[in-house]
Amino acid sequence: MKYTLAVLVENRPGVLTHISGLISRRAFNIESIAAGHSEETDTTRITIDVEVDDEIGLEQVVNQLSKLIDVIKIVNLTHVDPIQRELVLIKVRANPVTRADIVNIVDIFRAKIVDVNRETMVVELTGEQSKIDALCEVLRDYEIIEIARTGKIALSRGPIAAKDMEQG
Amino acid sequence: MEMIGAQAVIESLKNEGVEVVFGYPGGAVLTLYDALYKAEFPHVLARHEQGAVHAADGYARATGKVGVCFATSGPGGTNLITGIATAYMDSVPLVAITGQVGVSLIGKDSFQEADICGITTPITKHNYLVKKVQDLPRVLKEAFHIARTGRPGPVVIDISKDVFNATIDYHYPDEVKLRGYRDSATGQPAEVAAVAAELKQAEKPLIFVGGGVNISDTSADLRQLIAMTGVPVITSLMGLGCIPDQAAENLGMVGMHGTYAANMATTECDLLVGIGVRFDDRVTGLVQEFAPKAKIVHFDIDPAEINKNVRVDLKVVGDLKWSLPALSEQLAADSTIGWQERLAPWRQQVYGWKQDKPLIYQKSDTTIMPQQVIEMVSRLTQSDAIIVTDVGQHQMWTAQFYQFRAPRTLLTSGGLGTMGYGLPAAIGAQVGQPDKTVVLITGDGSIMMNCQEFATAANNGFPVKTIVMNNQVLGMVTQWQRMFYGERYSQSKLQGRTDFVKLAEAMGAAGFRITEPAELESVLRQALATEGPVLVDVQLPEVEDVLPMVPAGGRLDQMILGG
Repeated sequence: MKYTLAVLVENRPGVLTHISGLISRRAFNIESIAAGHSEETDTTRITIDVEVDDEIGLEQVVNQLSKLIDVIKIVNLTHVDPIQRELVLIKVRANPVTRADIVNIVDIFRAKIVDVNRETMVVELTGEQSKIDALCEVLRDYEIIEIARTGKIALSRGPIAAKDMEQG
Repeated sequence: MEMIGAQAVIESLKNEGVEVVFGYPGGAVLTLYDALYKAEFPHVLARHEQGAVHAADGYARATGKVGVCFATSGPGGTNLITGIATAYMDSVPLVAITGQVGVSLIGKDSFQEADICGITTPITKHNYLVKKVQDLPRVLKEAFHIARTGRPGPVVIDISKDVFNATIDYHYPDEVKLRGYRDSATGQPAEVAAVAAELKQAEKPLIFVGGGVNISDTSADLRQLIAMTGVPVITSLMGLGCIPDQAAENLGMVGMHGTYAANMATTECDLLVGIGVRFDDRVTGLVQEFAPKAKIVHFDIDPAEINKNVRVDLKVVGDLKWSLPALSEQLAADSTIGWQERLAPWRQQVYGWKQDKPLIYQKSDTTIMPQQVIEMVSRLTQSDAIIVTDVGQHQMWTAQFYQFRAPRTLLTSGGLGTMGYGLPAAIGAQVGQPDKTVVLITGDGSIMMNCQEFATAANNGFPVKTIVMNNQVLGMVTQWQRMFYGERYSQSKLQGRTDFVKLAEAMGAAGFRITEPAELESVLRQALATEGPVLVDVQLPEVEDVLPMVPAGGRLDQMILGG
C-alpha cells in the first residue's frame, strides 16, 4: 500500500540528513520525497510517499520518524483525499519536423513549453504523478534528453492545516 | 555572566549536576581542557577515547545518571563510535562532547577533521554541531534533557574549536523548548485497563521483563506486581536483577542461551506480557514461532518498539513508572480475581520444568569449569557486587550462573555485543559507586580489546576486580565453529602466550593466577580482599559449550540441552 505523509520538521541544518539517514537504515521504501518551506518560517514541510505492506508497517515508519527530535508532527494525508501535485521539466529533441507534433501533445496535456531552440524544447507540466508519467511516456517517441521531477507535494482540502491535524 | 565558550560548557555541566567527566584531550579541545583545569572539574583520564566513552556508559548504567565524555576532533571522535553505538543499543543516557575544527576549516578535509555528526547520526538519539557560541547553553540544556528523558540514549555535541574561545554572556536556560519531542511519561489508562482485563482471564500468563525495568528504576513496582499475582517471570539479558534470581516465580533468562523453563514457558503461555523489552532476535529465535499460543502484550516507553519485531495484540505506551503502578492498582482493586486457584496448574507446570531441567554442568576434580568460577564469584560477593562483563561465553555463563538480586547490578553490552566494553565500563561503574565491589568478568579475547585501561584503574586506584576466564580461545566463536562449521577453528585460537598477570602488573595492578580447582576459592577470596585494581587469570578448558542453546533462527522449544 502507498501512503502520503506530510512531515513537519524544524527548519534547521542537519534535519534532512537525519531523515534520509533514518529512511535508509530502517530500509523504508520511499517512492517520493519533497521538501520546502511552509507557512511558518521555522518549519519545513516534507511530503513523503511510502510503500508499506500494511497499516502496521506504516505505523513503524511514522513512529520511527517521530522519534527524530527535529520532527514536529507527521500527518497521514492518504485518507483525506488530498490535492497532490508534482512538477516536471522535460527536455525533448525537437527538430522542424517533429516540433508541431510535440506542441500538439503539450496542448493535449495542458503542459507548457518554457524553452525552445533549434534542436530541443523544454516542456513543463504540473499535475498528479500519473499524468506526468503519461506525458513522459508519450514524449519518449521524440527522444527525451533529460527529465527533472520535484517529487510529489500534497495538501488536504478544507480549512484545517496539517499542523492542526491529528498525528499519524 | 561573561565568559568563553569552554567555560560555558563547564558551567553547564555544573548546572546539570554532572559530577565527573571521562575523556582524553587533544588539539580541538585544548581550550575546553584549560577551562576544566581552571575550574578543577573532576575528570578521569582514560587511555583511549573508547575507554572514556565506555566508562561514561558504565557510570550511567551503575548510577542512572547521565554519563559524560570528552574527546577531540577527528580520531578522538571516531574512537568514540563503538561506545556511542553500544550506549544507543542499550538505551544508556550519555552526552559525548567532541571538539571540531575551526568554523572556517569545516568541510576542507582539515587536519583531524571528521564529520562526527554525519558519522553518529544512526547511533545517537540526537546530535548537534555547534558553530555559534550563543547556541551553547541551549544545546547543552537540550542535550541533557534528551539524553535522560523518555527512552534514554546518547547525544553528541560536536563543538567547533572557535566556539570554545568565543565570548558569551552566559545564561543557562531554565527549560527546553523542543516542539517535536515527546517523552511519553504517561500514556492511555485505557491501554492499561485492557491488559488488566486480559490478565484476569489468562490461564497461563507469563511476564517477560527487560532492560526497561532497570532503566526506569521500577524493579520494586515489578516485584509488587509479581507478589500480588504470582505470575511466573522470565527476563532478557538486560532484565537480569529486576527480580531476584532466587524468587520462585523467576524462571530465568529466555532466548538463545535461556533456561529450559523460560523457553518452554514462552512456547506454552497463553498471555505474554513484555515489559520494557524489545523482542530482540536473541530472545525470539524464529520470530514466527515465538510464543505461538499467546496473546502478546507490550509495555514500552518508545512507541516505535511496538510491532517492530513481534506483532503484538495489546500495547501500553508510556514510562513504566506510570504504567506498572497503574496496572497493579487496577488488579488490586478487584478482589474477585482468584490468582492462586486459577494459576495453580500453570505454576505447577513451569516449576516442574524449572526443577527437572535446571542449568547444569559437569564438575571436574582436575579442571576448573567456567560455570563454577561464576558460581564462586556469586557466593564470595554474596551477590552484592556490580558485575560487569565483556562479550562471549563468559558473558552468557555470568548471566546464567551469577545470582543477581538487585537492579543495575549487571552491566553488559547486550544489544551491540561489544568486546572491550567491560574494563572501561567497570571503571566507570566504580567511579559512580565507589563503595561497591565492582567485578569484571571477561575473557582472554575481550580483555585485550581495551586492556590499556588497567593503567587508568591503577593510576586512580579504582579497585576493579577483573576475572579473566582464560580458555585460550575465542570461546563463543569456537563454540559456533564446533557446532555449525565442522570444527574448523578458523582464527579463533589465541595461542595464549600473553601473561595476563604480568600485563596487570606492568600497568600497576595486582595479578593472580588460578590453575587448579582446589585453589579457586582461596585465591579468589584473596583477590577480592586485595586493595586496588586486581586481575585474576583463571585457566579454563578450551572446550566447553554454553548450553542450553537455541540455534540462531530456531524455535525456543528446540534447545540443545547440556549435562
